[in-house]
Amino acid sequence: MTTGEATKTRSAALIDGIKSSTWGSRIAVVLTALLLILLLVEAGQEPAQFTSQLLIGLTNGAILSLVALGYTLVYGIIELINFAHGDNFMIGSFVGLTVLSGTILGLNLFSPITSGSDVLLRIVGVLISLFVAMVACGLLNVGIERVAYKPLRNAPRLAVLITAIGMSFILQNVGLVWKGPIQVPFPELISNANILPSDAIIFRWKDLFVVLVTVPLLVALSYFIGSTKQGKAMRAVAQDKEAAAMVGINVNRTISITFLLGGILAGASGVMYGLFNGITIFNVGFTQGLYAFTAAVLGGIGNLTGAVVGGLLIGVIGAMSDQYIGASWTPIVIFSVLILVLVFRPRGLLGDRSAVQGGGE
Amino acid sequence: MVARIRKFALPAILILVAFLFPAINVFLENTADVNLMYPVIIVAVYIMLALGLNIVVGFAGLLDLGFVAFYALGAYVVGWLASSHFRQVSISFGTTAVSITGGEPPGIHISFWLILIIAGAFTGLCGAIIGAPTLRLRGDYLAIVTLGFGEIIPRFFQNGGDLGGFNLTNGTIGIKAIDSPGFPFLPDSLYAWQRFGTLDLNPWYYTILVLVLITIYVNIRLRDSKLGRAWISVREDETAAAAMGINPVTTKLWAYAMGAVFGGLAGAYYGAFIKNIFPTSFSFNISILILSMVILGGMGSIYGVILGAIALQGLNFYLLPQINEWVHAIGDAVGSAALSNADVPKYNFFLFGVILVLMMLLRPEGIIPNRQRAEELHDQDPGTGDAMGGSGRA
Repeated sequence: MTTGEATKTRSAALIDGIKSSTWGSRIAVVLTALLLILLLVEAGQEPAQFTSQLLIGLTNGAILSLVALGYTLVYGIIELINFAHGDNFMIGSFVGLTVLSGTILGLNLFSPITSGSDVLLRIVGVLISLFVAMVACGLLNVGIERVAYKPLRNAPRLAVLITAIGMSFILQNVGLVWKGPIQVPFPELISNANILPSDAIIFRWKDLFVVLVTVPLLVALSYFIGSTKQGKAMRAVAQDKEAAAMVGINVNRTISITFLLGGILAGASGVMYGLFNGITIFNVGFTQGLYAFTAAVLGGIGNLTGAVVGGLLIGVIGAMSDQYIGASWTPIVIFSVLILVLVFRPRGLLGDRSAVQGGGE
Repeated sequence: MVARIRKFALPAILILVAFLFPAINVFLENTADVNLMYPVIIVAVYIMLALGLNIVVGFAGLLDLGFVAFYALGAYVVGWLASSHFRQVSISFGTTAVSITGGEPPGIHISFWLILIIAGAFTGLCGAIIGAPTLRLRGDYLAIVTLGFGEIIPRFFQNGGDLGGFNLTNGTIGIKAIDSPGFPFLPDSLYAWQRFGTLDLNPWYYTILVLVLITIYVNIRLRDSKLGRAWISVREDETAAAAMGINPVTTKLWAYAMGAVFGGLAGAYYGAFIKNIFPTSFSFNISILILSMVILGGMGSIYGVILGAIALQGLNFYLLPQINEWVHAIGDAVGSAALSNADVPKYNFFLFGVILVLMMLLRPEGIIPNRQRAEELHDQDPGTGDAMGGSGRA
């Protein structure tokens, strides 16, 4: 009897929810449902291609969600849209590429690791380049915070955002000087071959590699934030800086650690992006950064689970748009998602902090 | 009386110099062999853009990172209405365009002066349409939304060569051979004014000068108007302003639409002047360049913004090529191939990035500050306002 009661109240609550919803959200739900149906019809026609595209989208989304986490961590703690984060990601891919080339600062340390190298050497090379890029980007992010954002801690919010845009341009030009204005190729270290036995659905070693790097990083991050003392301090500072300082938390150090974490994730993501897509370019951080920011907003900025969910969703949306609308329209589709989410549901899907003035908190 | 003279002396002298500039330029060309006409016209276009953005960023305190969208829209309006792009139709009205074969030239050809009005109205309307749903958002989110629009519109122009078979924007090739402005009814003795040519740039110069003066006039009048005071109050503390009976959304919408109008006018002029427009010339970098001008000069300060535009375009046109030569000379002397082949002007946005960071860290109110703005920017009390004024941190 109790279960029946529960379902009844649940359905009643659902009806109430629909009754109290605004016309805007009703239209949004109907349109989203229409889009999904259209997509499923397309999927029904060529299920194998759809599945492959879905897998590519999820892998790209995993890379994006690491960058999105950087945005969301920093936003959660100091409410700054760290515009330079995307370019940090680009620097990460450049650092990884440089490590793999074996020539660092003009010193020829070892011969370049290429697709012809031994399997073991390739694995070690990838791990080392990931590690170096993570350390470099983490420190770079901390450095940027110290130099550019810390002096403006009490300044208007938009002043810090302008500084972040300035830093973004500085990093982009560092990349331009470093590797030149054209696309630079990444060595094909991870096989493009399909793992799955059938040729219809494609899941490559590359995709597996991205999953194998992303999942441990996410687990480690969630352990760090959920269970360590420093993670607790981060959550406390995010809630209330003054109260956190009063109970003896070093706020500045905590903010630095947040930037360090964001940078580490961006570094890993940058190297993976290069290895996965085979190329990188000095302005890759701008578009990828905006995509990742869209992902963070879609999931609910300040919300870590939201960043991952948003990243995966944006990855899938991008892959579907590549397949069914056309690759040249993908940026427009994703930026439209950004605008629509900010206008109609600024809290994001999972919701955390309100983007509308006067709301939330 | 003396104070009145003093107040108007500097602007009067500056306007006089601006009107006599073509004569000064002829003198410079004869003595020093430099022709400043072309760069000065481009600088003037940017002054107009920067003053338009100043209404949004300086007066209303909204950070607009997609201003280039309106510039692009203005340029495409002139492209659509004054070229042979739409070959399907043949409409002419007060145009300077003539058909080689006689008869009506293909495409839409409307008088440039009419197009200016259309472009201003169209971009203003677009600004209002874009702004209406988004201006509820908090400052930093609004900045990102404007950035999104600033990215979407040029990309749309890039993809708009085939919209279900209809060629709206001619894709990456862009719209070519845009008609020159002119006054076709003038007597033949004023040939240069009948149809603005590429050899005699004086008519172009005077046109943009008048446009810039209109922009400055509107800026001053807006700043001192009831709306201008509403902008200040919304920028300083939106909640308090709303409590005093100011509708923050309409107030911001006016700023956004006014800024868009001037962006569109500048775009229309630029499109006609440059004659061929491409979607790639309207990138995010241009938005940031204009923003840097406003910030370097001083947000909300009209003299400051003009100075910022002149300084940064001067940097682009003269200082960077000069530095480039110095770097090459150093490279040749040291024997470093990397230095002697370096292309310094390519890295100009490094400099703009540095300018943004340093100005925000050291002098957020700009070179020639607006007094009220300076006080707001140095307000160390978090908790008041949200836009560029106070910090609004929780």
